[in-house]
Amino acid sequence: MAAISREEVAHLAHLARLAVNDAELDTFAGQLDVILQAVARVGEVTAADIPPTSHSVPLTNVLREDVVTPGLTRDEALSGAPDVAEDRFRVPRILDEEA
Amino acid sequence: MTTTAPSTVEEVITRYEPVIGLETHVELGTRTKMFCGCPTEFGAEPNTQVCPVCLGLPGSLPVANKAAIEATIRIGLALNCSIATWCRFARKNYFYPDMPKDYQISQYDEPLCVDGYLDVEVEGQTVRVGIERVHLEEDTGKTLHIGGATGRIHGATESLVDYNRAGIPLVEIVTKPVAGTGALAPAVARAYVTELRDIIRSLGVSDVRMEQGSLRCDVNTSLNRPGEEWGTRTETKNVNSLRSVERAVRSEMLRQAAVLDAGGKITQETRHFHEDTGETTSGRSKETATDYRYFPDPDLVPLAPDPAWVEELKAALPEPPRVHRERLREQWGVSEHDMQSIINAGAVELIEATVAEGASPDAARKWWLGELARRANETGVELAEVGATPAHVAELQRLVDEGKLTDKLARTVLEGVVAGEGSPSEVVAARGLEVVSDTGALTAAVDEAIAANPDVAQKVRDGKVAAAGALVGAVMKATKGQADAKTVRELILSRLGAA
Repeated sequence: MAAISREEVAHLAHLARLAVNDAELDTFAGQLDVILQAVARVGEVTAADIPPTSHSVPLTNVLREDVVTPGLTRDEALSGAPDVAEDRFRVPRILDEEA
Repeated sequence: MTTTAPSTVEEVITRYEPVIGLETHVELGTRTKMFCGCPTEFGAEPNTQVCPVCLGLPGSLPVANKAAIEATIRIGLALNCSIATWCRFARKNYFYPDMPKDYQISQYDEPLCVDGYLDVEVEGQTVRVGIERVHLEEDTGKTLHIGGATGRIHGATESLVDYNRAGIPLVEIVTKPVAGTGALAPAVARAYVTELRDIIRSLGVSDVRMEQGSLRCDVNTSLNRPGEEWGTRTETKNVNSLRSVERAVRSEMLRQAAVLDAGGKITQETRHFHEDTGETTSGRSKETATDYRYFPDPDLVPLAPDPAWVEELKAALPEPPRVHRERLREQWGVSEHDMQSIINAGAVELIEATVAEGASPDAARKWWLGELARRANETGVELAEVGATPAHVAELQRLVDEGKLTDKLARTVLEGVVAGEGSPSEVVAARGLEVVSDTGALTAAVDEAIAANPDVAQKVRDGKVAAAGALVGAVMKATKGQADAKTVRELILSRLGAA
């Protein structure tokens, strides 16, 4: 059975703002299916005494003190912006996507 | 069924029961951002407090701010929460230019603090508001929508983004649903946010200023018929003052009751509160559940607060505002009823500070609950924002005590202070309001009044002391009210040999 449907791939593509056509949906659904099945093999060795891993290093509490460090100047910060106005990053209008 | 829309909350609760919930965001007052060393000054020039981490530039790595973690745990402890022994940050994925990374670092199913409560007093009753969770995240950048009307997103042609605020530590405090408060629901919402603000201020972890956005509130409201399941809720955003918290709940209760009365259904949606009308309008609908695809942030290792450290923080918590207020009440010698008026007016800290500046509790209370409360009401601002400071009020009272101002003049001076003309002394000097205490000038004015009113003067000489009132009035008029009436009276009586 397929691990991922064509509809799920279309949904993910939309979330990632990727324009994917019908032919590509078929291709990616097939490819992702193979990848997911490969990853699912990890589940075969799952044991109750092994906690799920989210981080590859066995560390906790890596923290910094609340001390100011130098950042970028405004010109540096804006230098990579596609467009600038009033010392701010200028971006196209966003409709119906209010976060 | 034909009914007119309900006009009061009391009418609404004859048919429905409200359930409210509050989500409050507090910007912490740390010197630096949550995951980088950028400063957090309010009001800096756009994009001057940024670095590769908070701009989401490739290759940059976040490191959590220890002071922000500590502040969040202290807030959790003050709200009677359990503190997680192990938790992780998560990425909340969405496309919107207020976060340049295209995700916000937040906490998802493993918040730092869970399951607490906060007791609030409303009209003599104690209401326990359950706390679901307290978690830590990063604030977003500020977007300015241009090309449309009034800076709102609708009709805008483009957006300008300032990332100074992006990455400032933000604590989100979520209540459990609060049911069973009936007509008190709007007041409970306000009392909760007020108490929460006071607690956070007492911890010294944020300046919690709603008008500057360091305390922001979303209000959830639903109605159900008695005995039925809870209704569909709406989430009202844009609630930017304590007064508005109360108004937002009331306005949603009235609106939803009218919809339900007419046989309609409540849509689960975000609504925007408008300060000017006190009403809400529909924002984005939540028909399609947002898919944020949370997952643990691989760039940040888990947090595991040492229980011994948490115990230390707990032991060092300051006196809770409720206990502190009770101590103040006893020191000031006011009744519980009067103290409630002081609390309702938002004057506790103002009076406390005014007393610290040297005024008596009675005098401080008189000015803040009298002239200044009236002024705040008239202009629709919080008392603390009325334009006078505790130092101003203490100075004003000192001038009265020293005989340099009469009570009446002091009120005029206060008007000047509120209007931004400076300290009381500066207003007195600029407006020439000082009491005429120069005996020579006063005597001259008294003699003039006597000469102008020979009949009255004769009555006083004949022993009709009460008649002196007319002469006092004439002198006060001549000195434009800047003389002390008692002194003037004594002077008149002595000039007429009637003293």
